[in-house]
Amino acid sequence: MIPVAFDYVRATSAAEALAALAEHGDEAKLMAGGHSLLPMMKLRLAAPAVVVDIGRITDLSYIRDGGDHLAIGALTRHRDIEISDLVRQHVPLLAAATSQVGDPQVRHRGTIGGALAHADTAADHPSVFLATGATAVVSGPNGQREITGPDLFSGFLESSLEPTEMITEIRVPKYTGAGWNFQKFNRRAQDWAIVGVSVQASGNGTKVALVNMHPTPVRATAVEEALASGADAATAAAQAAEGMEPSSDLNASVEYRQHLARVLTRRALQAAGIN
Amino acid sequence: MEIAVEINGVSHSADVEPRTLLVHFIRDVVGLTGTNIGCDTSSCGACTIHLNGEAVKSCTVLAVQADGQKLTTIEGLADGDQLHPMQQAFMECHALQCGYCTPGMVMASVSLLDENPNPTEAEVREGLEGNLCRCTGYHNIVKAVLSAAGGGK
Repeated sequence: MIPVAFDYVRATSAAEALAALAEHGDEAKLMAGGHSLLPMMKLRLAAPAVVVDIGRITDLSYIRDGGDHLAIGALTRHRDIEISDLVRQHVPLLAAATSQVGDPQVRHRGTIGGALAHADTAADHPSVFLATGATAVVSGPNGQREITGPDLFSGFLESSLEPTEMITEIRVPKYTGAGWNFQKFNRRAQDWAIVGVSVQASGNGTKVALVNMHPTPVRATAVEEALASGADAATAAAQAAEGMEPSSDLNASVEYRQHLARVLTRRALQAAGIN
Repeated sequence: MEIAVEINGVSHSADVEPRTLLVHFIRDVVGLTGTNIGCDTSSCGACTIHLNGEAVKSCTVLAVQADGQKLTTIEGLADGDQLHPMQQAFMECHALQCGYCTPGMVMASVSLLDENPNPTEAEVREGLEGNLCRCTGYHNIVKAVLSAAGGGK
């Protein structure tokens, strides 16, 4: 399978990438590791006229201690996050979920910024972004802005980034020790989640985010509200499919996904020490 | 677009379309056909090579992304007639049946030991999750990787 022909631009800085986006608008797509975009181009589900390769912007690949949060460059690869002592210590949910993305070859190429901008409901990172209360730092022609939580995801495979914007950094609040867990159900080790759950508790309550249960990455607000009003894990988890519109495909029917969401949410809450 | 890629220590230059996949560049332009194409969807791992020393699936990399980089393919592992220890281990443990997945399995296994020189059996199985063997000969493949990790002991 070969993509539709396109023009290739290699950007060596964020400024060059933004200039290319400003010139080509929504005709252009950024390619970081290419492990979400290229498969779609090969299937001809995506056919950008211009591919802007940002994979060599090395100064956007970093993991820094920002005091109350970790600052992670958008082009940091899954592999670098997976083995980072800073991430393991301060955001163990992110380290655990990242180690389950795809397979080692995929994690050598894929980046956290790419995974978030792709906004795939079946991907693991958006659920971690939501459960940790993380923020995306976005650069565009009018400077920087920050997008926190569900506002980053506006539709099926659609982020709220403008065509002329790019994610440059992800800020993830440090875990405070109140409990976390990641559950991923799939049929083969390297597969996408049929359903997944990220849970992280903090002094401000527990955040629960679901993978592949809705057209967008989504927080299970019914579960969160039940927990906040004192429900136990099993009772709260029974609400996991409330308001969700999961798809039906070869792997699972709607009913099966709803069932998985309830079971995996209960397991995640209990494994996180929330009973 | 004109690119130059170092493969197994030899520099190769060519004018390629940006949409050329790296695996097609390696096989059809450079003529190194040891790297196989299996699923063509970054699932099976048959096309695994090393990009700057790390295992990647060359069906999901553009040739232009590899411009100026160093690649190793299965042809680049042996030193003359001297097999790479992983190739030797695959041979001694009979870690292949039809052989189609083998180049990718060997490349992924070498990368695995680079990152984790003394893996447990479970770590080997997990570390090879990106490579499928449709003969289902996983048992001897895992044995070979463990054997190579232990210096053949």
